[in-house]
Amino acid sequence: MGVFKFASCDGCQLQLLSCEDELLSIADAIDIVHFLEASSHVEPGPYDIALVEGSITTNVDRNRILEVRKHSKYLVTIGACATAGGIQALKNWGDRSDYLRAVYARPEYIETLSTSTAIADHVKVDFELRGCPINRLQLIDVILSLLADRAPRTPRHSVCLDCKRRGTVCIAVAQDAVCLGPITQAGCGAICPAYQRGCYGCFGPAAQPNCDSLADWYLAGRATPVELVPLLRNFNANAPAFRECGDRIDPFLDSGGTT
Amino acid sequence: MTGDTTRTIQVAALTRVEGEGALRIYLKDNRVTDVQLSIYEPPRFFEALLRGRPLEETPDITARICGICPIAYQMTSIHALEQALGIAITPEIRALRRLLYCGEWIESHGVHMHLLHIPDFFRCSSSIELAKRFPKEVIRGLRLKKTGNRLLEVLGGRAVHPINAAVGGFYRAPRKAELHTLTDDLKQGLQDAIDVARWVSSFEYPDFDRDYEMVAMHHPEEYPMNEGRIVSTKGLDIAANEFEQHFEERHVAHSTALQCMRIPANTAYFVGPLARVNLNPSTLSPSAKQLMSEVGIEWPCFNPYKSIVARALEVVHAFEEALQIIADYQGCSPARVSYVPRQGEGCWATEAPRGLIYHRYETTEDGKIAFAKIVPPTSQNQRQIELDLADYIPSVLGGGDSETALACERLIRSYDPCISCSTHFLKLEINRQ
Repeated sequence: MGVFKFASCDGCQLQLLSCEDELLSIADAIDIVHFLEASSHVEPGPYDIALVEGSITTNVDRNRILEVRKHSKYLVTIGACATAGGIQALKNWGDRSDYLRAVYARPEYIETLSTSTAIADHVKVDFELRGCPINRLQLIDVILSLLADRAPRTPRHSVCLDCKRRGTVCIAVAQDAVCLGPITQAGCGAICPAYQRGCYGCFGPAAQPNCDSLADWYLAGRATPVELVPLLRNFNANAPAFRECGDRIDPFLDSGGTT
Repeated sequence: MTGDTTRTIQVAALTRVEGEGALRIYLKDNRVTDVQLSIYEPPRFFEALLRGRPLEETPDITARICGICPIAYQMTSIHALEQALGIAITPEIRALRRLLYCGEWIESHGVHMHLLHIPDFFRCSSSIELAKRFPKEVIRGLRLKKTGNRLLEVLGGRAVHPINAAVGGFYRAPRKAELHTLTDDLKQGLQDAIDVARWVSSFEYPDFDRDYEMVAMHHPEEYPMNEGRIVSTKGLDIAANEFEQHFEERHVAHSTALQCMRIPANTAYFVGPLARVNLNPSTLSPSAKQLMSEVGIEWPCFNPYKSIVARALEVVHAFEEALQIIADYQGCSPARVSYVPRQGEGCWATEAPRGLIYHRYETTEDGKIAFAKIVPPTSQNQRQIELDLADYIPSVLGGGDSETALACERLIRSYDPCISCSTHFLKLEINRQ
């Protein structure tokens, strides 16, 4: 197995190191031959499993992911950056030169694409594990599935179901909170509502989300577009379901769609 | 090229650091002509993408700068925004914030020591390899780290990118009983941490004492985490809001990276656990203070390799303080102080696991971010690491290039550089001499 990093915070690959009770058993079952964050022992491919964290934001990385794909049997993307472009995909809505000038005194030294995109926009991806960050137990399940040669069974239902399981009183109903739980994929453990705040969608769209219906419900008195658009447009901003809904209700966008 | 005497040593990808970087060393007649620590993390433009966002999202967004120390980013942005908004928090919220810091220090130091750094002292390539020789010690390290993660999960909701910290306080204050579920593990963790500190202090360290200006926060009554003045071993003593008058991030031509320097003299400086222990020995917890005198190090210590001992002492401190905060906890109401958005400006500094971190924000009347500036620890240590390497390399040139490269990697790792949290990126410039 190899672990590869693109534009990201390292938090998802850290989840592998956060498997404190399982780490040594995982290492017994798998040869980890490319994991720069954790090991100086590096071997070239081919890899049975490539775990890919991060999004594509530079030309160099656009070519690098092609190489990783070429040498990997199963390519699994982990986290919101790799599966949707991450928070850095906000620049897809901005002016690249303006971003450069805002952060760097000498923009001519910076090489960057105008977009941050998911790995699947560039190469074939065998499985996408979502979350910002990913859930480490789901990661273990994906690795075990691939070892057993079966498809991973990561649930795609919404956060709402997990709130019910957890016994959390619905904060959207009981407290008029704006919560993305109904359209967001479970996997976090439904933590935000349990901590008295609305879900902010860090696991991305659930299976068959009805984003427009939920947005219209909130816009009918509970929230303004100025409040709702940033909520849809954060860590999974470029996931199609969230992007299309956010763009539809964005009063500052003349036409739907992004660059 | 300048002929046969020119030698270039390259570490194409640094390993066992967070984030990705590379190192290039240029030699002529066995003299070091240049050392370049390059960060090839793609730029993610956090300071730009924060502009126009609702200010209450800031802690959630800044957390994503670094998956290893998200709390430091969250908390520094929260404190800076509270300055901008004129919010005064309660002593109960303040104590819970220190508890959150304890969790992050335990987790982050635990990762760095056991999974990234200790393998160096036994010439192992990873903790997996280390575990074959020291199974008990690696399992103890993982147990200790797990308790740090558990603390973050109870108080923050989850360990990576916690969701409970808010401008004004917390979305929900923990119940007493929730925190008390941690007590037994924290007691075990304290004992483990003491054993770890004794273990790491028995390692062999290269002699490499340097004339650093070490910079850390200082508070008269508590070990510095989220509040204090900024002081140095060369006499600096300023309020956090004077940071930009004394430190400046430079984007300089022919430099390999954005580097924060002391101004006006343009000198490098050193931040992190060793700087903190050196500048704050009297406010360490009782067990950490006791250990400090037992570990056979003369304090203040200016050997960067011994940072791991300082890191271990801080883990002892963090466990002991966490136990104390939980024992004293009587609930926290309100969990969050309410506020009215206003146009304002605020800045703050805290101590991330790997050193001083500084944020400044401007807010708008309708509660949005107008401007953000983030100075992470790694951009502050970067110049010092390069200078260290330039001095150190001649002593390790005897072996082959790969031995030299390995020795350099070890020195870099002792700083615990967190390259993904270098929010800035510079393209590498190669200057052949």
